[in-house]
Amino acid sequence: MTTQILIAGFGGQGVLFAGKCLAYEGLFEEKQVSWLPSYGPEMRGGTASCGVILSDEPVGSPIVSNPDILLAMNLPSFDKYESQIVKGGKAIVDSTLIERKAERSDIDAFYIPATKMAAEAGVPTLANMIMLGKMIKESGVVSIDNAVEAMKKVVSAKRADLLEANVKALMAGYNY
Amino acid sequence: MAEKVLMKGNEAIAEAAIRAGCMHYFGYPITPQTEIAAYMAKRMPKIGGVFLQAESEVSAINMVYGVAAAGFRVMTSSSSPGVSLKQEGISYIAGADLPALIVNVQRGGPGLGGIQPSQSDYFQATKGGGHGDYRLIVLAPASVQEMADLTVKAFDLADKYRVPAMLLADGTMGQMMEPVELPEPQNSNVEKPWAVRGTNNQRKHNVVNSLYLKPEILEQTNFERFERYKKIEENECIYEEFMMDDAEYCVVAFGIAARISKNAVIEARKQGIKVGLIRPITLWPFPKAPLAKAAKQVKGFVSVELSMGQMIEDVKLAVNCSKPVNLCNRVGGMIPSPEQVLESIKNLVKEAE
Repeated sequence: MTTQILIAGFGGQGVLFAGKCLAYEGLFEEKQVSWLPSYGPEMRGGTASCGVILSDEPVGSPIVSNPDILLAMNLPSFDKYESQIVKGGKAIVDSTLIERKAERSDIDAFYIPATKMAAEAGVPTLANMIMLGKMIKESGVVSIDNAVEAMKKVVSAKRADLLEANVKALMAGYNY
Repeated sequence: MAEKVLMKGNEAIAEAAIRAGCMHYFGYPITPQTEIAAYMAKRMPKIGGVFLQAESEVSAINMVYGVAAAGFRVMTSSSSPGVSLKQEGISYIAGADLPALIVNVQRGGPGLGGIQPSQSDYFQATKGGGHGDYRLIVLAPASVQEMADLTVKAFDLADKYRVPAMLLADGTMGQMMEPVELPEPQNSNVEKPWAVRGTNNQRKHNVVNSLYLKPEILEQTNFERFERYKKIEENECIYEEFMMDDAEYCVVAFGIAARISKNAVIEARKQGIKVGLIRPITLWPFPKAPLAKAAKQVKGFVSVELSMGQMIEDVKLAVNCSKPVNLCNRVGGMIPSPEQVLESIKNLVKEAE
């Protein structure tokens, strides 16, 4: 079983960090994992994406061109990648920033106002974790308990004060 | 077993180098390998090592030359245009018979090119990128684990043969994260009686030099060096074979191209095509023998590369053009898809029938 996940949005939304958390969650479950960012001259406000592969087999190509799951955190990303999702795949859509619905009927789309939820909870930078929580709920690609455990590894000791907020955001997305 | 950590390929190179006893790093930032320099800048001062951002790549490689002459493990890293700048120094290091590690995390070219992944520095790396007759030991990692393991291997081989080694990676290998089990720290205890680090008035001084004005002597140093190259070719060639046992067709690819090709080979097998993969891990020495052996077994080869076709020349030489060798490629920072490789395999099958 191999799951390919693409996380895409603006630079600064924590797209790469969300992917790193997911990769660690996979590693925690002893899956084979890879994480590959788009890298380029983009800065904060530009586009950013990363591909994460979780598999029971060694990962061949780390490049995610046809994701099983897309996390779209802004409209340009949804416009660009919706058509690339595999048939029967899933899209997790931040409905605060993306007003339109999925155009395809052969994918399952889930809408969550992640950016609004994050702002209301006083953690405006953690929409990424809310999206991740929702994705875990809808896909079961990793267990939520392991996700929380893995989060403790990713959030460095220096930033331990941020751990609680990250876990809270993850759970908020999961329970939405 | 040590715990596996998630690391970028570039960071894995840097940490593995430190664990291999490299306490000297000289470089100049360039995408997509800057994480190596960043990691070194953070770690070296804490462990009493040297991180120095030189004013240019030319300067950095000459600092490497100096530390190598003193007999310490030393490295530099860059990406394609920066590695071109280093070529004069690399030739000097080879001509002075010094061990050192040069890392090239390749990007598209020629010229300043782009910043996306490429393998188009294959010729430069494997054929002697600077002037004169010389070789580098060239290692091509295809995973973050190999980024770490082959860094250590490169230092060991360089010391063993007094030959500069190059780790030839690409932007994807540098930027991607995978779980990696880091090597145990080791102290390099290779004797270096040739090193210039003071005589204490106890012995005749050593000279490290690449200038020989008497042609008879220069010829002898070349002959002697090529004797060592011959030993390297005999003893140090590394490659991986994947599904080659009953293969009727063979894909040849290294680094990221090999990762993509594996997906294509697995898919082709599902469709009933008996195809395998040979992945050179040392690009020099090139795995000629396993390819020559495969040529007796298979009907043809596909060389998959992120270049206009560079390694394909070595594949053709290795099989003596006894079987067709086709090219499957993307360039300029574009990456072939597994579907494109599969298509090339199918075309080869069609041509062979």
